[in-house]
Amino acid sequence: MIIRIRKNSDIPSSEITPESAYIDRRKFLGASAGIGAAAFLGVGSPDMGPFHAASPIPGSGRPRGPQDLEPNTWEEITSYNNFYEFGTGKEDPSKQAHALVTKPWTIRVDGLCNNPGDYALEDFITPSTIEDRVYRFRCVEAWSMVIPWRGFPLADVINRAEPNTSARYVAFETLWDPEQMPERLWRPRIGWPYREGLRLDEALHPLTLMVNGLYGKELPNQNGAPLRLIVPWKYGFKSIKSIVRMTFTEDEPPTTWATQTPGEYGFYSNVNPDVRHPRWSQSREKLIDSSKLFGYRWQETQFLNGYADEVAHLYEGMDLKEFF
Amino acid sequence: MKPDPDVPGARPRRAANPRRQILLLKTAIWAIGLAPILWLAVNFFQRNLGINPVEKIIHIQGRWTLVFLLAAMAVTPIRRLTGWNRIIQVRRLIGLFAFAYACIHFLAYAGMDQLFALSYILEDVRDRRYITAGFAGLVLMIPLAVTSTRGWIRRLGKRWQRLHRLAYVAAGLGVLHYFWKVKGDTFWPLVAALTLAGLFAVRVAYRKKRPPRKK
Repeated sequence: MIIRIRKNSDIPSSEITPESAYIDRRKFLGASAGIGAAAFLGVGSPDMGPFHAASPIPGSGRPRGPQDLEPNTWEEITSYNNFYEFGTGKEDPSKQAHALVTKPWTIRVDGLCNNPGDYALEDFITPSTIEDRVYRFRCVEAWSMVIPWRGFPLADVINRAEPNTSARYVAFETLWDPEQMPERLWRPRIGWPYREGLRLDEALHPLTLMVNGLYGKELPNQNGAPLRLIVPWKYGFKSIKSIVRMTFTEDEPPTTWATQTPGEYGFYSNVNPDVRHPRWSQSREKLIDSSKLFGYRWQETQFLNGYADEVAHLYEGMDLKEFF
Repeated sequence: MKPDPDVPGARPRRAANPRRQILLLKTAIWAIGLAPILWLAVNFFQRNLGINPVEKIIHIQGRWTLVFLLAAMAVTPIRRLTGWNRIIQVRRLIGLFAFAYACIHFLAYAGMDQLFALSYILEDVRDRRYITAGFAGLVLMIPLAVTSTRGWIRRLGKRWQRLHRLAYVAAGLGVLHYFWKVKGDTFWPLVAALTLAGLFAVRVAYRKKRPPRKK
């Protein structure tokens, strides 16, 4: 099914946690945020339970994912990837990323927060409630998929880290280890490690996920294991993979593609059919679909990737052509 | 090599026969030229080209266009460096393969990628600079392909050579098209650019060496 134009996007606002609840949760979780506090719970086992695309969110009686979004296949999602550390071809990551060692995995939290430190992956994941969410995924290269992620709100992690009042942004870094990401014939001269960032209100938005699973299974390496970000209303490159560091900052952090080619990629990089990329139009996209003869179908790109009702207020008063 | 029974008094040493050499070379060029198309066709219908088959088809055709363009450009430099003058006889074939690949590359883009949506194609040619460059290169190749026949070579005389220097412009646009298309990974576009520059340098060097034509 193709969604052409849709004013009400998928997740009803009734499911969005009000800010007051966040503040309460922050108080509550802040106490348990110590290093290793949750390690004994033994999370991170590969058996993460079955995937149910339309199972209800507890207490809401509503389907989790939008019913009109049919997820792409496992094969499509896991063999067509951009992960330049493992090669620039779309199939390179699925062939090369097995070299990535994801256990053990440590994430450094630093910058302007009360609970900095090196956290084991389990400490990041365990305290949160894991959910399945079906999101549209729109690459800046004008292709898209629908992906059933498994993860938890980034807000959980941020609230446990307790950012200071001066923190306005959160920056992320991907692992950079040439041993595990062996030199190809030629690697693009990007300043590694890969960096991304969000404004704190974007990061706290309930749609923003930390993802550790796909289709109810462990996240494959080429998709950013063991832990990645998913910001469904932004172009895919914002959703940084294989995160090893999270830094709270006062100023807008430098991000990889916006630094590499500032004229082409901005810090915000919100999906926006009206703001074209200098090299191509963003008004439509190829929805990858292997059941079609040519492997895709064209569809219109939606403002904020169809999540405008939830997130458009974050950009009120901003000229999105300037802050692209 | 056995003597050719059809030719009376055939020479025993066939390998040294320059005509045979050119024939072999042309056969090889046909084989190399047709193999990628066949490979793509078979793998497309066997659904063997990955998650985005159209993208793969277009990329492979584009690469072969550049390979044949650069190979055609290499003929004269090879001739100069080796003194093997007969090699010039295969240049037209190589050039026509370059043109054929450029055409199917464009057709795959226009048909399989854009589904012949003319408004989008026109917008692309106008606004997307890498497509502008690639399209310009393709258009420039049309007169070269048309005038590649013996009749046109005779009719145009000295002007033919001048006209066919456009091949360098077309190849340059092709390389630019490639450069502007990639995101970050400029290795192969750089290889193509350096090759083209190298071939051009050989040509210029020999031009300077040569005594002035007139007199």
